Amino acid sequence: MSQPIQVHVKLFARLREELGTGDLTLALPPGSTAADALDQLAAQGEPWQQLKGDRPVMLAINQAMAKPVNSLQDGDELALFPPVTGG
Amino acid sequence: MSWPCSLRSREADMGVRVQTADFDLATEYQRLRDESGQAGAIATFTGLVRDYGDLQDVRGLFLEHYPGMTETVINDLIQQAHKRWHIQQVQVIHRVGELLLGEQIVFVGVSSAHRTDAFAACQFIMDALKTSAPFWKKELTDAGEHWVEQRATDLIQAQQWDQDD
Repeated sequence: MSQPIQVHVKLFARLREELGTGDLTLALPPGSTAADALDQLAAQGEPWQQLKGDRPVMLAINQAMAKPVNSLQDGDELALFPPVTGG
Repeated sequence: MSWPCSLRSREADMGVRVQTADFDLATEYQRLRDESGQAGAIATFTGLVRDYGDLQDVRGLFLEHYPGMTETVINDLIQQAHKRWHIQQVQVIHRVGELLLGEQIVFVGVSSAHRTDAFAACQFIMDALKTSAPFWKKELTDAGEHWVEQRATDLIQAQQWDQDD
């Protein structure tokens, strides 16, 4: 079994407040996708289950918009946030 | 007179600024004029903090953003605008932190040889910024706080630019 990869997770806005943290590090099996990271976080129970709930969660990998199918590399920054409301 | 030096420092400022401080429309307009040489048109847009109607007695907003990604996304929108229209200089300013109702929140300024390109690029950048730049608004009242939800009308407005390609 190869070494797990480390992914730096950043949370913003409503998600940061409701999950009680803006930064955490996640260990995942090599070849994991952003969806796998969401699954692992949501498996911690409430309030993390909302990451797999009805409300949309946007993803960015290394500060570029991403999709759940996108794969993660060791050292990647994965950001999770609600739909944006600037301007 | 240290003109070459001050000119260089202004050039370095063009592009994207994310800041807590307010901005001055006349200063930003003059900066675009100074940097644009033969421009025939400058279009500017200024957005003000308004009451989104989700809560009563809103006194202002708190603006959060994703440092780094915000600048990257807006710079990419500016590059897209350069590819689609004949424009010269672009300045985008977005404020973050706590803002009161009526305060200036966002500025987009575009210079061009012609008004149609300046208008179009200015509106494109503003519409696309609203749905793609990582900013989040929270309404503040004496009774509590509330994160503003994304508007379907903003998505439709931004999608209109997709169909032009």
